[in-house]
Formats: sequence, C-alpha cells, structure tokens
Amino acid sequence: MSKPNPTDRLYSKDHEWILDRGDGTALVGITDYAQEMLTDIVFVELPPIGKKVAAGEPLAVVESVKSVSDVYSPAGGEVIAVNTALENAPELVNRDAFGEGWIARLKLADARELKTLLDAAAYDALILEEKH
Amino acid sequence: MKKTPLYDRHAARNAKMIDFGGWAMPVQYTSVIEEHRTTRARASVFDICHMGEIEVKGPQALDLLQFALTRDLAGQKTGQVKLSALLNDRGGIIDDLTVYKMDRDFYMLVTNAATRESDFQRVRSILEEKKFDASLTDVSDRTGKLDLQGPLSEAILQTLTPDDLKTLRFYWFIPSQVAGIPAVISRSGYTGEDGFEIYAAADKIGAIWDSLMDAGVKQGMKPAGLGARDTLRLESGMMLNGQDITGETCPLEVPYAWLVDWNKDFAGKPALAAIRERGIRKKLAGFEMTGRGIARHGYPVSKDGREIGYVTSGTFSPTLNKAIGLAFIDAENAEPDSEIAIGIRDAASGAKIVQLPFYKRQK
Repeated sequence: MSKPNPTDRLYSKDHEWILDRGDGTALVGITDYAQEMLTDIVFVELPPIGKKVAAGEPLAVVESVKSVSDVYSPAGGEVIAVNTALENAPELVNRDAFGEGWIARLKLADARELKTLLDAAAYDALILEEKH
Repeated sequence: MKKTPLYDRHAARNAKMIDFGGWAMPVQYTSVIEEHRTTRARASVFDICHMGEIEVKGPQALDLLQFALTRDLAGQKTGQVKLSALLNDRGGIIDDLTVYKMDRDFYMLVTNAATRESDFQRVRSILEEKKFDASLTDVSDRTGKLDLQGPLSEAILQTLTPDDLKTLRFYWFIPSQVAGIPAVISRSGYTGEDGFEIYAAADKIGAIWDSLMDAGVKQGMKPAGLGARDTLRLESGMMLNGQDITGETCPLEVPYAWLVDWNKDFAGKPALAAIRERGIRKKLAGFEMTGRGIARHGYPVSKDGREIGYVTSGTFSPTLNKAIGLAFIDAENAEPDSEIAIGIRDAASGAKIVQLPFYKRQK
C-alpha cells in the first residue's frame, strides 16, 4: 500500500509532488504511488543546476529495472539544487519518495502556476480512479 | 490477449501483468530485483505456458529435423535435450529452440512463444517439400510448462517426484510425475542457475504449481515473473529471441555458431555458407557501462564519435550491481576491453566490451 499523500504539498496528474517552501523555491519529487508503480528504481538522471523548465516539461528521468520514465516539472522555474544522494542511492525514491527521495529544488518562475495543481484530496481521488 | 492456465493464480497474487507477444503474462509479483535475487539464492517458479510445443513423429522424424535444424541430432539419445536453430532461406534465425528426443521416431520441439506459428509453418513446408514420412502436431494449447530455477530447485522438486533427480544431468529429461501428475522433468532453463523445466497437461499444470508452492515455501521459493527472467537470462549471457535475434540475424553473428553443423545439409545452409564466405561484419557482444546510466534496447553505440552499432538488450544487473547489455557492433570493435560509448538520451556514456557471460554460477 502507498503511503498517505501529505497535505503540505501539491500534486500533478503525472504523479509528481511539489512542496512550496514559501521563499520562492519549491522541492519536487515523485509520489509514493508513482514509485510503487515503478518499483526497483535503479537510476535517476538529475537535471543540471541552472536548467530552466516550463510546467509539464521533462525535469529528470527515473529508471527501474524494466522501464525508463520522465519526471515532469509540476511548475516552471530554474533548477537551483538537486538531490545528489540519488546518484549513489536511487532506491531512496522507493524508500522515502516524499522525503529523502526528493529530486530537485526549483526557483519558481511564477508561484501562481501552483494553483492549477491538485491538493492531496484531489490526488487521492485520481489514484483511486487509476486503480480501477 | 491469450491467458495461460495459471492466469487466475497470478491475478490472486496481484501480479503486474503485461502483454508479451499476445499473452497476458506476469512481469513481476513484488519486485524484479527481489525475484531475481530469490532465484539466484534459493529458487523461483516461472509460468512458461506461453511457449510452444510441437511434436514430430514418424519413421523419418529424425531426417526431417536433421534437414530443418542446424544442429546434428544423429547422436542425440532418448532423454536428451539439444538446443538448435531453425533458419530461413536467408540464413537468418527464425527460432532458437530445444529438441527433446522422447523416443525413437518421436521428438518434441519447444519453441519461443512468438515464433510458434512460424516454426510450425517452416518445418511443415520442409516436410511437404521433401516428402518425409513424418507428422507434425502443435500441442502447445494442451501443454503446460513451468520453470523451477535456482540452487534449491532439486531439493524442492525431489519431495514431489519418485524419480531420483540427482542422477538427472544438465540438458537431460525424464518422463516422470510431479505430485502424482504425469510430467516431463527436464534439467534445463534460462536463468544460469540449476533448475528444471516441467511439462504437463495444460489442465493439470495448475495443480503442479500449487504443489510446488507448498513444497517450496519453507525453502523461501517464490513465483517470479518475466522481468526477473529477463535480467537473469541477460546476466547469464543468453539471448532473447525477437530482441537480440531476429530473422535478419544469422547464427554466426551471435554466440550461436556452435549450433551449426556444417557436415550436414540443412535449410538455410547455402545462404549461411555465403555469409561465412563473405565474412561477418557485425557481432553481438556483451558490454558493461563504465559511465553513468543504463543502456536500453535500440540505443546507439559509437566509438570515437562514429556510430558502430546498437544495443539489443540492456538492463541493470541485480547480481553485479551495474548496468550491462548486449549490442550489435562492427566486428572489428567487438573484442573484449574495446571501449565504446552508448548514446543515452542526449549524452554519450562510456562502456566497454566484456566476455560473456556476465555471471556464472559457482558449481
């Protein structure tokens, strides 16, 4: 079973989360449901610092034994930090997708973009729908 | 999609199902890595009911197979399994299949799932053209198959069969029983571990599956899906038909030259002889990543900025903890230790050619 989706952050339909730090930056990762679908994450390709992305554009790549999946940025911005721990321990995404498995930190281009994303309750509903 | 007789058992375990050549097959039950490691350390059971079985019978059954297949089967004994290749007229591989000599004038061909029909057509057209006194029957639908693989396989299966498995050698089989059900037990497999391939009537294979699950639970045996089957076979340097090998691949370009016996006639030989005469231009070689990333099927291979081939299989090896793969490469660059680069998305990442297999079990 997936871990509950924390209410302190917002979600995309592509199963990424974004946590607004309130200082114009936000952390991005994939949800626990996403890591559970992928299972066995063995490689994460992190974006270069300074990379600029628009909302919905590929930000990173996560690979399981069998699959290669893009991680889309839930919001536009510039990459100001990446979780380098994932270079040697990609399984952190499996173990703690909402915490230690974060992928990148963005300097948000426009915090208003976040309003289009799902809150935890709406994301719960989306997962429920996908499971059926 | 076609379902195997074990479909409901996979569903009950919440296996993740995929379409594999038109079959709904379990790709994993819990995790590919876990299932892979269980197979290497203990034992796993795989549903292989999707593979094809063709019976060849008659006074000229051997003559037919001698002409249809590349391997010389003259010395094959009853109870022996031989891997062979079935070629098209261009010398390309239609299938790599195993030949079971069930009895005098009675053979069973075990084919890949996706090539079952083309194998049957090919052998039948040879039979008709050469007018051999033999008959062919596709018995795939009434035949079930399970693979029990891993170091504890013998101990587990021995509790369910009256025959002494210790005396059953690698690539030999016996008509036997599993849990009281008539079954063919073959000491063979596709994982690089000790293990067995078990054949029984399709409507009885579920009962064998259940008995194996009960018998193996104490030893930590579990079911494993096609995901682990793929990483296990790749670590062991074995090729996957349809992915590493296609109808355009000849046995001389891949580690299958040993399947070709030149001292006899066989379908596809003239074309293959011409290829041999001309020389092989590309070779299937094993590589491991020295740079970052995981090579995948279709990724380009280069050397000094020049494209020299492409990846046919690539994955993360759970046993070796590194990314490995097979690639078709210009023959001159396919020697071990040759440094190559794999194009992964926008970047080139380092890799080097290594000797196959990547993994060999300790005996």
